[in-house]
Amino acid sequence: MAALWHRLDVWARRMIPAGLSIVLVMLTVIPLPIPGYAAIVPMLVLCSVFFWAVHYPSLLPPLVIFLIGLVQDVLTGAQLGQGAVVLLLAYGAVVRQRVFFRNKSFLVIWWSFMIVALGAGFLAWALASLFGGRFIPPGAAFVQVLVTIAVYPLLTGILHGVHKCLPRED
Amino acid sequence: MEYRRPGLITRLAMPFRGMGQRFILASLVIAGFGVLLLGSGGAAFVDRIRIAVADVATPILESAIHPVEAVERGAANLRELVNLRSENTRLRQEVARLRAWHGAAQSLAAENSALRTMLNYKGPERHSFITARVIADGRGPFVRSVLVNAGARDGAAKGQAATAYGRLVGRVTLAGARSSRVLLITDINSRIPVVIAETRTRAILVGDNSARPRLRFLPENVGAKPGQHVVTSGHGGVLPPGLAVGRIEAAGAGVYRVRPLVDLNRLEYLQIVAFASVGAPDDEAQAEGKSRGRP
Repeated sequence: MAALWHRLDVWARRMIPAGLSIVLVMLTVIPLPIPGYAAIVPMLVLCSVFFWAVHYPSLLPPLVIFLIGLVQDVLTGAQLGQGAVVLLLAYGAVVRQRVFFRNKSFLVIWWSFMIVALGAGFLAWALASLFGGRFIPPGAAFVQVLVTIAVYPLLTGILHGVHKCLPRED
Repeated sequence: MEYRRPGLITRLAMPFRGMGQRFILASLVIAGFGVLLLGSGGAAFVDRIRIAVADVATPILESAIHPVEAVERGAANLRELVNLRSENTRLRQEVARLRAWHGAAQSLAAENSALRTMLNYKGPERHSFITARVIADGRGPFVRSVLVNAGARDGAAKGQAATAYGRLVGRVTLAGARSSRVLLITDINSRIPVVIAETRTRAILVGDNSARPRLRFLPENVGAKPGQHVVTSGHGGVLPPGLAVGRIEAAGAGVYRVRPLVDLNRLEYLQIVAFASVGAPDDEAQAEGKSRGRP
């Protein structure tokens, strides 16, 4: 019985990264009474995906990222598939460089996040313009990237707290 | 108790890491591009996915909004308490002012009905509407649209107008069972046939993701003037005519933009107008028109 509880506990905790990402999707779209929030709302899910890809990639498998991306696209009204492609490519890029991130200081990781966020913002803009069939002025996307980069340290602090109560990686 | 690790699934998945994961990732990226391509081609199943996911998410988002609303209401109450005195004075003045208007409106209404009887005028039909809460505000950098918690089950349908306090904010582009997506008039894909109320000049209100959509396709040599009102024309039969949209602002030589009457950044409740359009461009309405047996 105890073993069962233990395994349930481990599985529940393994769901945390995915669950948290879904919460961040909702936080992105819920109409908060902050003036101007919606126009510059940061890419919170990108922060989350980047964080788990750097520290704990096995807890956020590609299929889960794909599904989270689709949910995000539906709720934000973006082209279906846009968020999924952006998140997956960001995840892939980070996981490939995972050895680089080992024992690196926060500043280095934040710097890397800037590059990933810029790439993700550009890709999202390109996909939205290409598949939406209309050229979209890129200014707002750029502002969103800057806000995302600014928010990352705060979010990463919260995620580190969550990271501590997860079971250790095998 | 022994701490068992690695677990069964992890052990099974172990050999697939590396190559396998990379393969899965690549396939999913390709799948994502496939969905994008199908979606831009207008595949029906992409819309079905959107509807299904939105319908599932609706009750979750509805419950997530409650705490936000509670905080908002608390803050509003506090503000009201602070401003009670000045608000009271302002309201007294407003009541006095409105009393005068009330008298004027009554005599105008009487005159109007008398004139209508003389002309045998058939006025615009009254539309029924559904009030819905905005549950997801998807205004990232690329789209200007919101998700509301009313769908086909409540009477919402694709193409209907979405208004706030009787002013146009957008139209329904996708209706699920319990949720609908409303494309705002500022979205880059929004095209609304309008007329300038003062001159009855037709134009198209074209969104470009900025706060002020542009007034285009104005007839040449019939300019617009800043300050004039823009209302829906009802052309195309999709939107009801006469819905207030905004006021014209000049933006450079020959360029006119429209400032919406509603603050689209703070939408809470919308009214979806169920408008029985006669000449709607979908098959059902056309069939209906035929069966009515026009002369």
